[in-house]
Amino acid sequence: MSDPTQPGLLALSGITKAFGGVTALGGVDFFLAAGEIHGLVGENGAGKSTLMKIIAGVHTDYQGEMRLDGRPVRLASPRDARTRGIGMVHQELSIVPDLSVAENVHLGVQPLQRLGLIDWRAMRRSAAAHLANLGIDVDLRARMGDLSLGLQQLVEVARVLFSGARIIILDEPTSALAPPEIERLFGLLRRLRESGKSLIFISHFLDDVLSVCDRLTVFRNGHAVATETCARIDKRWIIDRMIGTGHQELEESYLADIPLRSRPGAKDVLRVDNLSRTGAYRDVSMSVRAGEVLGIYGFLGSGQLELARTLFGVLRADRGSIALDGRVARLSSTSRARRAGIAFLPESRKMMLFGTEPVFKNVTIAILGRIGRLWLRPASERWIADGHVKHLHIRPPDVARLLGTLSGGNQQKVALAKWLTHLPRVLILSEPTRGMDVGAKDDVVRIVRNLRDQGIAILVVSTEPETVLSLADRILVMKKGRVVREFADEPVSKDRLLEAA
Amino acid sequence: MSDSRTRIGVTNWLRGQLRNVAPFVTLIVLVAFFWAASDSFATLGNLQNILTQISVTGIIAVGLTFVILCAEIDLSVASIANATGIVVAYFTAQDASVTIANIPLAGWAAILIALAACFALGAVNAFGLTLIGIPSFIMTLAMLQIGAGICALLVRGQIAYTVPPLILTLGSRSLGPVPWIVIVAALFLLVGHIVLTYTRFGRYIYMTGGNREAAEYSGVNVRAILSAVMIISAVCSGVAGMLGVAYFGSAQQNEFDTYLLDSISAVVVGGTSLFGGQGGIGNTIIGLFVLGVLNNGLDHVNIDSFLKILIRGLILLAALIINVYAQRMRTVTAA
Ligand SMILES: Nc1ncnc2c1ncn2[C@@H]1O[C@H](COP(=O)(O)OP(=O)(O)OP(=O)(O)O)[C@@H](O)[C@H]1O
Ligand SMILES: [Mg+2]
Repeated sequence: MSDPTQPGLLALSGITKAFGGVTALGGVDFFLAAGEIHGLVGENGAGKSTLMKIIAGVHTDYQGEMRLDGRPVRLASPRDARTRGIGMVHQELSIVPDLSVAENVHLGVQPLQRLGLIDWRAMRRSAAAHLANLGIDVDLRARMGDLSLGLQQLVEVARVLFSGARIIILDEPTSALAPPEIERLFGLLRRLRESGKSLIFISHFLDDVLSVCDRLTVFRNGHAVATETCARIDKRWIIDRMIGTGHQELEESYLADIPLRSRPGAKDVLRVDNLSRTGAYRDVSMSVRAGEVLGIYGFLGSGQLELARTLFGVLRADRGSIALDGRVARLSSTSRARRAGIAFLPESRKMMLFGTEPVFKNVTIAILGRIGRLWLRPASERWIADGHVKHLHIRPPDVARLLGTLSGGNQQKVALAKWLTHLPRVLILSEPTRGMDVGAKDDVVRIVRNLRDQGIAILVVSTEPETVLSLADRILVMKKGRVVREFADEPVSKDRLLEAA
Repeated sequence: MSDSRTRIGVTNWLRGQLRNVAPFVTLIVLVAFFWAASDSFATLGNLQNILTQISVTGIIAVGLTFVILCAEIDLSVASIANATGIVVAYFTAQDASVTIANIPLAGWAAILIALAACFALGAVNAFGLTLIGIPSFIMTLAMLQIGAGICALLVRGQIAYTVPPLILTLGSRSLGPVPWIVIVAALFLLVGHIVLTYTRFGRYIYMTGGNREAAEYSGVNVRAILSAVMIISAVCSGVAGMLGVAYFGSAQQNEFDTYLLDSISAVVVGGTSLFGGQGGIGNTIIGLFVLGVLNNGLDHVNIDSFLKILIRGLILLAALIINVYAQRMRTVTAA
């Protein structure tokens, strides 16, 4: 496997990068061997994505040296990186929503016919082959923007994996994927490694990192604090280096069976009867009670994401009814749903946040009407946002910063903060911990429990068993658009959940 | 903090402010240039000229700023202005020499009907955009034709001269040394600024322009916001049209044609982003002055009047380049 004494494929030394006074990387050394899968872990904002963007030619103004095949290089642009065989799947996907799936797989490298025209037939054929390799079944002509986030993620991964790059960077590629897709992806990564490619894999799922990577590097506060061979270490070792000791409780909660406890006495807040939407879900009936967290678990494409959107008035159901507090609710638009007391956190940050606006405006957009009917009150807005920033440990703790300059996980926290000021009756969370580090997930569990205890009906929709298990009091499993199993008042583990799905 | 860090901070700030700084610098350079090149430019009387000349454009530009901030466009502004000006004259008693088959009403009634007319045209734009889903570019292009059609049908190639007294005063009289039309334009700009900066509605406009999907998912009624801005734009145009007719002293077809380009130029030259979400009335005011000073100043220096048109085109091109460039800066710093 990898031997650090070998002349490396890619070596970075003393990399320092600051964003207008804020140091994101403070002298990082990093070394990638040929034919290895190298894991990168670290808290939100530790600098993982920033380092990768330097390797991929996105950030060009940094101090330090980068060597490729032993020779110093200074990349000029992502295109430059690509021609040298470096490809990257970005944390915030770089798909083109208005193009088709096939076009997205070939973004930048369309197969051409003789006259320089695009060879559509060849394009679809090779796109189909690539996607089949990842086990993705999707209409090649579908508009990219209409796919679920998980599928978008897979298409982007497919594009980079098959671009012919020899150094492949994957920045949280599995954050919207379910276990079967993740397994398939890992199989493919291993095959790519056998064929001599080098991969860098960033994830907050430490088990995944340990199982697929040869070595890993831990990031903390802009420094690479440790690099080790995965076979020699365990999760505890990583967590200690990421954040320090004292997170036992969280760790153990993942391993044991979790007893579910439903609340039969509480009254239904949200009731859904025989709800159907063609191509998405069928005959879904369920209810969420006050002070209860209902988890909906299912693989990608099981219809749970569409169901959540229907409950927030984004999509319309073809049949069936939705009732709120016993009265039929007509959820024809998101603003109606919001006024009816429903809040929704979608799985994608881009759908939810305003990158070129300051943090505090992002936090208060959904509650402006309560801060002042007609006039804005910027001072209270900042004050409210400040409270959330402290409470959720958002870093850097500066509400005037442009949202787009926060790290991915911190952006996700801002998205959550949005619904925490004036509490809704029903809170729908889709992949609430996507992209968050271990400590932040801990925070979310705490916050959700707290909201539940205040009597809010909470619906957690996820393709990630850990998320549902750590949050829910009762779990519904969806499969191909139908609810196939309910877990209530019984112990349930990851395995039993996966079995049911 | 070391010295070099502060410098980086300042450079970053300047980059972020490109869209605000560039138009302002342009304005200063233009004023300095004409001041030096002509004796008659920097006089109080000429300042009054410039202000008067940009007032009609200014009122239109207020509504247009709302629309462009939402990342939409309204190509029907000049046409709606023209139609509204003609409607108000159509319902006013005309001189015996004018042979339009019009319907004379009391002044207030004529004004109300004219306001209702521009409101209705804006509502049609809003309907097409939000409920049917026609892109605003196409929808308002159709409205441009419809407005022209209304003008043609009402005056049938003739010219009307009389407007209600209130309109006459606001459009062509002065309060002391200050023309009423300048005061009205200033009020529109002021109210526009207050609405955009200090109200919830204004914030929703910026958010809708910044990321429509995110606004939708935050429970903002995006359709209502878009409808409102299309109607606001039409009503601003309508008011500009009525005052314009008084200002020109006549109501006829095609008399507002140049105002479409002028008002779009003012908004864009001022630095409001064509991609939505960035900019505002402050930018539009600077843009209005850049265009106003340019148009006016070129008359004060000896220059081929045909060259003027080319110069204006070049300035607009430069503004567009800065506009797109500023957008890129902003997205890079926030990537
Ligand atoms: N474009 C930018 N402008 C200003 N600051 C930035 C920018 N990009 C990143 N930063 C800052 O640099 C630091 C490192 O961010 P980075 O995105 O590398 O974190 P990360 O380790 O990938 O975290 P996550 O797990 O949340 O994705 C953060 O403090 C972030 O706020
Ligand atoms: Mg990151």
